[in-house]
This record gives sequence, C-alpha cells and structure tokens, in this order.
Amino acid sequence: MRRVASAVLVLWGAVTVTFLALHLIPGSIVDAIIGQSRVTPEIRAQIIQDYSLDKPLWQQYLGYLGRLLHGDLGHSYNQGVAVSTALEQQAGSTFALLLGGVAFALVGSVVVAVATANRPRWIRGPAATAEVVSVAVPSFWLGILLLTVFSFRLHWFPAIGANGFNGLVLPSIALGLAPAAMLSQVLRQGLERVLEEPFIITARARGLRSAAVLLRHALRHAVLPVVTLTGWLVGAFVSGAVVIESVFSRQGLGHLTVGAISQRDFPLVAAIVLISALVYVVVNLAVDALYPLLDPRLRKAPEVVR
Amino acid sequence: MRSRPGVVLSFVFLFVLALAAIWPHLFSATDPNAADIQSTLSPPSGQHWFGTDQNGRDIYARVVTGVRLSLLIGVTASALALIAGSAIGVLAAQGGRVLNTVVNRLLDIFLSIPGLLLVLLVIAVLGPGVRNSIIGLALVTTPGYARVVRGEVIRIRGAAYLEAAKALGWSRPQIVLRHLVPNALGPVLVLATIGIGAAISIGSSLSFLGLGPQAPTAEWGAMLSSSRDYFTVAWWPAIFPGLAITATVLAITVAGQFLQLRVEGRSQA
Repeated sequence: MRRVASAVLVLWGAVTVTFLALHLIPGSIVDAIIGQSRVTPEIRAQIIQDYSLDKPLWQQYLGYLGRLLHGDLGHSYNQGVAVSTALEQQAGSTFALLLGGVAFALVGSVVVAVATANRPRWIRGPAATAEVVSVAVPSFWLGILLLTVFSFRLHWFPAIGANGFNGLVLPSIALGLAPAAMLSQVLRQGLERVLEEPFIITARARGLRSAAVLLRHALRHAVLPVVTLTGWLVGAFVSGAVVIESVFSRQGLGHLTVGAISQRDFPLVAAIVLISALVYVVVNLAVDALYPLLDPRLRKAPEVVR
Repeated sequence: MRSRPGVVLSFVFLFVLALAAIWPHLFSATDPNAADIQSTLSPPSGQHWFGTDQNGRDIYARVVTGVRLSLLIGVTASALALIAGSAIGVLAAQGGRVLNTVVNRLLDIFLSIPGLLLVLLVIAVLGPGVRNSIIGLALVTTPGYARVVRGEVIRIRGAAYLEAAKALGWSRPQIVLRHLVPNALGPVLVLATIGIGAAISIGSSLSFLGLGPQAPTAEWGAMLSSSRDYFTVAWWPAIFPGLAITATVLAITVAGQFLQLRVEGRSQA
C-alpha cells in the first residue's frame, strides 16, 4: 500500500511539473497551447474557458488535475484531434518497438551472461570489452550502421518506415543493445557470485550438469540485482524509442513527440511526458510485486526490503 | 587494474580531445564550413582524410571542430548539475527530517520522467538550441548528484576519522580540506566524469533530432542526421562522427571507472 501511495505521489508530482512547465513558457499560455496552428477567436475563448485561464492559478491547477483524472489529456491544435486520439493512433507501433527491444535485451543478456560467466579470460575479456563499447555507442548511430549494412548493402531487412516483424528486427536491436550490455554485465557478476555459494556445490554434488545448475539455480539469484536497474532501464528504453523511431522513420509516440516539439504543440508533449512517468511508475510497481516471487526469502517479511 | 592499456589509451585520447577543443587548428587547418561544389561526397583520401559531405565540406575538419561543442555541452551540463545537485544534497542531509523527505520525494518525481523526455520538455518550454540543451541536460542529471551527495554527507558525518582529527586538535579548515572535501568529493567527481559522457551522448541525440545546435554548426549528432539522406551512396559521412561520439564516451567511461576504483579503494582503506 505504501508503494502505491508513493507511486501516486510521484505521478501527481509529474502532473505538477508539466503544469509548471506550461506556465514557464514565455509569452501567452493560449499561444503555448495552440502552438503553430492558427485558430479562430472563438476557439481562443474556448481554450481560456477550458483551462480556466481567466481564474486564479490554483483554480487553473485544480482544473488541470481534475481533467487529467477524468482521462482528458487536452486537445492538440496542430493535429486537430484530441491528444488521447493522437496517442492511441501511435501507441501500437511504439509498444511493438519497446517489446522487441526489451525481448532482445533480455534474451541477449541472459545468453551472453550464461555463456561467459566463470569462463577463462579469453572468453570473458572480449565479452566485457564488447559490453563497455556497446554501452558507449549512441543508439541512433547503431541504427544508422545497421541500416547501412543490413538494409542497403545486404538487403536482408526493409529499409525505412516498414511495419511488421521484418521491419522490427533492426530497430529492436538498435534499441536493445545498450541495455542488453548493461544487463549482461550485472547478470554475469551476479552469476559469478552465486556460483561460489554452498547450495551450488550441493546441486553439483547431486549430479546436476553445469548447464542445469546455471539455468535452474544460479540464474534466479543473479536476476535479483537487475531489479535495482528497473528505473534506469525504463528510462533507457523510452528515451531510446524516441531516437530510434526517428532513425528508422517509424510511426510512433517518439516520432509524435519530436514533431510536437518542433511545432510547439505543448499539450501533446506534456501528455507524452505524463504517459512515460506512468509507465515508469507502473513498471516499478509490477517489479516490486514480482520480486517476492523471484526470491522466496522475501515472501514472509516484505517490509524488510525497502 | 586488468585493463591498464585501455585506461592509459583513454586518458591519452581525452588529452588529445582537450587539445582539439582548445586549439582545433593544431589538428586541422581546413575551414570546417568551406563548401566545395567540385568535390561533394568524395570518399576518404589523402586530401580529405574522412572524405567530404554533401556540400563538399571536409568531414575531418568538421569532426575536429565538433570536439569543442560536444565537450562544452558535456562539461557545462555536468558542472551545473554537480553544483545544483551538491547544494540540494547538502541541504537535504543537513536540513532535518522534513526537508530530507520533501527533497527525496521531489527527486523521485524527476527520476520518474525518462531522461531524454525531461530534456525534451525543457526544450518544448525554452525552445531548441545549445544553451537550452545544456539546461535540460543539467536538470536531468541533478537528482543523481543530489542523491550521492546526500548519502556521502550523512556517511561522513559519523566517521571516526573526523572525531580523531578533532581530538588531535586539527583546525576546522584543516579538517574540511584534508578530510571532508576529499571524501565527499571523490564519489561525486567520479559521477560527474561519467556524467560528462552521458551528457555528450544525450546531447548528440538532441542535435540528431534537430533540437540542438542549428545548421551549419559542425556537431557530431547533426552531421549524422544529415548523413542519412546520402548513406545509400556514401558511407563515410555516417561513420566518422559516430566513431567520434563512441570513442569520446568510451574514453570518458573508462577513465571514470578507473577513478571510481581509486576512490573506492581509498575510502575502504
């Protein structure tokens, strides 16, 4: 319950941040809301009424909170539709990309970590170097490199703006590589620590093969430190998706965000910031809920872990 | 210290980068903005080491020129975040329970918004450009510094060596300079070092998205962005600026991790 309360607090804070941001924009607030589009005086009056701009600041703030609580994210005057409609149209594409990136990062990091944990230096060394380099490579450059090699030279994958599974492969790799490298570093460290524990020796003494020990016993423990990275990972994936959609000219929320900023479409930008804060909070809550399932030691006394 | 050669190489590379940022003419005498219609998109050669771009500008000269802007963005954003974060962290640690809780909650809120999106929100408010990118990047990284500084101040406050120094009759400035500053600053400076790399990386994504420095400024992310229109015919405009970002971020990360080992080693001893 405490976690839910603090999650609600964080969301409320994020809403406040976007409200303050709107009021920090130089010039009139109505102009900030309509962005670069042109509207009739009637619509201007309507905006002033909708946002209670003729009322004191605290009433504007309460009105803003109230509308968000009813699921009203406002209207994008550049797009000519409600913000929620614009988001719904683009969410699917971004969701597919995020799913692809997360899947690549999870599978890739587990495979690399399991294959290289406790191995001789000539295996671990290059893997560790590759991981450090992978974290340093900017995702948009990786995307360009993948496009150049696999789309334009080898023609294995469609180049730009393609949807469907084939169009998802390269963007997912570009999005997932840096998180994968980060994860496999943490996983390998975790695995190597766990493999020294007595229960692993017991398992081996029972005659389990190395692979079985790694996958059935050690991996479960090695995953635990990853949980502390959840926040970083959500940020990395959401931020990455914005850039990757631009590289691959994909439709999606990131594409929408960049367009919204250059057209100064503030309601849309604010809504996307709020949605990503919501995603962050929900993922963190979900991970908190899953944590005891991974680690039975925490089931009886969940308050000990904080 | 398994990776000694890598560490040495990183520090040497960073030294070279610093030189290029201060005196770009040491490395390239060519004007980075001089267009040459005669040789557009010509491949790397003895005359143009990294080839030329769609306007016939020398890519090597543009990459060298871009060092200053990237380092400026990275270092300034980190320095601003370091100062703001330290102030907030000390305030939270010394300001009593209520203030501590309030600051913690505020940091939670800022940490809940993915980094790039928070920068984008700042740019939506202030408009695109180098200065606003730096402000956005600093704002995004400040909570991290605040957390670490707060933790360090609380940790050091109770340390036995402060009591010992007091008992030995050290003066207050001596204690602050010899004990407090080195111990609290170490981890924060390490974070700032690695933070420079992160800021350079996010900063270059911003200009890649067209929201950072505007054309014709030679900036690595912006160069990569314009290379996309030509990469069916020319690979070199898409390679060298990306290599520059990667090598810079990598060198900063390796150097930062080396410093981290040194600092942790000292606080454990």
